[in-house]
Amino acid sequence: MGDTTATPATDPAVKKGELASDAGRARRPRFLPGSVATHLALGLGALVMVFPFCWQLLTALKSLAEVSRVPPTFLPDDWRWASFDEVFTALPFREMLTNSALNTLGRTAGQLVFCSLAAYAFARMRFRGRDALFGLFLSVLMVPSSLLVLPQYDIIQSLGLLNSAPALFLPGMFSAFGTFLLRQAFLALPRELEEAARIDGAGSFRVFWSVMLPLIRPALAALAVITAMAAWNDLLWPLIVNTDPEAMPISAGLTSLEGQYETNYPVMMAGSLIASLPMLLVYVFLQRHFVQSVAASGVKG
Amino acid sequence: MSVFPATAAAKAADRRAARTGGTGPASRNQRAAYLFIAPLGLGFALFYFWPMIQTFYFSFTEFGPFGGHTWIGGDNYARVVKDVTVWQALGNTLVYCGIGLTALPLALVVASLLNRRGLRAVPLYRALYFVPFVTLPVAVGLVWNWLYNGDFGLLNEVLGWFGVDRHYWVSDPSTAVFAIGAVMVWSTTGYYLIIFMAGIKGIPRDYYEAAELDGAGAVRRFFTITLPLLSPTIFFASVICMIQSLQVFDLIYIMMGEKNPAVGDTQSVVGLFYKWAFTENAQGAAAALAFLLMLLIAALTYLQFRLQRRWVHYG
Repeated sequence: MGDTTATPATDPAVKKGELASDAGRARRPRFLPGSVATHLALGLGALVMVFPFCWQLLTALKSLAEVSRVPPTFLPDDWRWASFDEVFTALPFREMLTNSALNTLGRTAGQLVFCSLAAYAFARMRFRGRDALFGLFLSVLMVPSSLLVLPQYDIIQSLGLLNSAPALFLPGMFSAFGTFLLRQAFLALPRELEEAARIDGAGSFRVFWSVMLPLIRPALAALAVITAMAAWNDLLWPLIVNTDPEAMPISAGLTSLEGQYETNYPVMMAGSLIASLPMLLVYVFLQRHFVQSVAASGVKG
Repeated sequence: MSVFPATAAAKAADRRAARTGGTGPASRNQRAAYLFIAPLGLGFALFYFWPMIQTFYFSFTEFGPFGGHTWIGGDNYARVVKDVTVWQALGNTLVYCGIGLTALPLALVVASLLNRRGLRAVPLYRALYFVPFVTLPVAVGLVWNWLYNGDFGLLNEVLGWFGVDRHYWVSDPSTAVFAIGAVMVWSTTGYYLIIFMAGIKGIPRDYYEAAELDGAGAVRRFFTITLPLLSPTIFFASVICMIQSLQVFDLIYIMMGEKNPAVGDTQSVVGLFYKWAFTENAQGAAAALAFLLMLLIAALTYLQFRLQRRWVHYG
């Protein structure tokens, strides 16, 4: 790894006022053949990760005649944006996007409310049967979702909710993972705050709502982000409960486009780009919470 | 074993509160706790616990033309075990699982490259590698189908430069499973990368520096420091990865049209379950299949927990 002679005292990074613990990382050797090779390998991998999306965009901008040319052209002959309009007439695209949004909001709001309430009780209150109940709730984590969709479908049907927005988000509002994640966050909070609020005469709900809940905001954000992503991308459940195109979310709707427009790749690529965009934007703006939520679920296995 | 280390005094207070039944402050607290849990509990009861019981019941019944369920005993299980397509789907699912697990070594290599001291642009790389995982699976499936397209696909074109013959990747039964599996790996590597990067962050930097002073190269440091100290994280990731890939459905459903000649050769267990339950009206047999899949997942997870003693080191 080359030069290791620079001491923290003479390291320019430290003089610039960076944290002392980062000094080791910031220490850069002058000659970097290994580093160039690392960047080459990482860059090649990153290209493999991102290139399909560039190709998707380029395809969406070509004409139908151009995409079926051999050999394929790289850049479009003329940049044609019409496919982005055509997807709105080929499918009830607007309704599908709305359904996806409702599904995402419903599940996320539900999990934040239901899971935080239960997580608070499990982490902070004493009551009979707590351990047993918590164990029972966690068992939901271990059951594959496909095992449950048949009876879940029957329940949604008997509630008269097939082909409605609530059908999409109802079961997903309740989550064992969310409860577990938030319980961990509540467990880490100090006792004193809670006791102080109690002495001031606050009831259980008041303590939960105004004192404890604001303190676990990072965990709530992480749960919101991961739930939103799962909801937006979900496919199997929507395919089952909402078979009417106008009631489908975009994830299921695009697969029906594939059936009808098997060969119209520009329109399909335009549709999938529009459908991926909301989550990509959320990701770009809330990247920290994505990483945090994935890391939080993974490290303390 | 109790999850909560409660003191004896607290337990006594709980018992007292439960006995006195609703007068003291402690019991008011108890009632509040149940109210906090009630909404989630009701949701779980309706959408998870009751369905678990129902699926088990369904698996012993036949779905009648007028919507009723008739008890037929173990016939569904006998049908599942005798059905050739089940064994084919099971074989395919295990192949997907095997291919899916290769995301772990890939993510591990990238994570340790990113761990290199003084490397710049780490957050940028992390972000780029994670993008496929965030993207709508339908979009992922569609674009890969297009790249794999036998006539106009870019993959054939690029391979053609190296003298490889044109190939119909997703409609040839001999390559379809691998074509789909490759997309699985492509879209999940970023997820495991983040898990591994978080794990590596927990390894003290001094270990690497000490090893470096002793003259250990990058490869040596990876095998003597990163790999053993990260083994609990790797174990966790492999359990998650296995459970996820045994339930693979989305990508296959998206990438395989109904008319594709390779449908049977790529069908997963969940795919077959979906077909039976929702297009062939064989709900009972589908329930039995789902139940057997759950047992398989449980058995393989148990096996992994048993095997971990041989290779996972807890510091």
